[in-house]
Amino acid sequence: MIYTRFGLMPDLLDREMLTTLRVGGDERLARAELRRQIGRLEHQLSRLAAEAFPRVAIDTGVAGHFAEPRVAGLAELEQVRDALADRIAAARVALETQGELETSNRELLRRMLAAPAEHKWLRISRADVGEPGCGHWHSRPRLGPLGMLMGWWRVKVSSGCPLSARLAAVER
Amino acid sequence: MDAGGARSQLGWEPSPEQGWVAPHIAEEFPGLGLAWVEVDGRLGRTTEPVLQRLRDLSDRFYGSHAIHMRERPIPWAYRVFFRQIGLDPDRTRTPIEQLALDRLHAGAFASRGMPVDALTIATVETGVALRAFDAAKLSGRLCIRDSAPGESLPGKPGKLAQGTLTIADERAPLELLFGPSTADGGLESDTARIAVVAVQVKGVPQAAIDEALWIACAAIQA
Repeated sequence: MIYTRFGLMPDLLDREMLTTLRVGGDERLARAELRRQIGRLEHQLSRLAAEAFPRVAIDTGVAGHFAEPRVAGLAELEQVRDALADRIAAARVALETQGELETSNRELLRRMLAAPAEHKWLRISRADVGEPGCGHWHSRPRLGPLGMLMGWWRVKVSSGCPLSARLAAVER
Repeated sequence: MDAGGARSQLGWEPSPEQGWVAPHIAEEFPGLGLAWVEVDGRLGRTTEPVLQRLRDLSDRFYGSHAIHMRERPIPWAYRVFFRQIGLDPDRTRTPIEQLALDRLHAGAFASRGMPVDALTIATVETGVALRAFDAAKLSGRLCIRDSAPGESLPGKPGKLAQGTLTIADERAPLELLFGPSTADGGLESDTARIAVVAVQVKGVPQAAIDEALWIACAAIQA
């Protein structure tokens, strides 16, 4: 079989590499199946990473076997597939743990809002309860030291993220 | 600009030439392909319409796009292909992810002159991986094949490891298929005609390849 019009690459035809790749159909099918699994796992991992951002940092890295692109063999494909499966399992555990933590923080926030004096100086951020953006809830005494002495506690809600620029009204 | 807009701006219907893939590679990677279009163009400063296009793209591209990018079909297809050829796409980035990362770091798609800016626009719009070569230096049809013993890339010292996947013409390898870019496509100040090459992997529709080539060619000629 000639690959080129001019026949300028005859050595391509007789390389050992080609014969090693042209093994039995079973192994080729196995590689094809592994590639299909890698595609499916990659999709799952990508979805988990996007779902987790920015609450949990998901490690999606799976060390490549080569510095330059090559046809990966059965063993390399298996290792990639297994590493992706491990990453997905770890991501699910991390997300579940984070979810439990956020649920307990939401419960704590509910109790703090109901009874600020029982949660003096407690500060819960939006990130702690899995909500996006800046801001926090802070149990503080009304009127400073006087409120502390009198037991006048309240939950103060911060005003959110700082502005990226001065308000236009400030310039006027 | 969509493909239709690009076509009307070009004033002609580019019909991409299809490269070939070495049979044993094609058996391993169904859907792998190469298409290219040649267009008049030079290395040089980017024209104002293209710069404006880059600015518009920068304004439309947010961090959320980068985070959810790998869930979209075409960027995902390239990520999967990277895994399948032994590269880690979180270390050796796919072209679209590298551009997204650069955009977030720099705060904009920074201009790097032509034809790089044209390829940036087309890749960000479509997700397709593109390369540019000096058309005058190409010999025959382009292809994707593995390297033979003793072969090397132009401008790179040392030999390629046997079996490295490359983009080649009928004479020699021109560039790695993916991975760290080692050559500039042979583009020089006297380059007058540029071959814009799109690498297709399984999951990337032909329409996206055609659109990417049209957009890149239109930007080069703008």
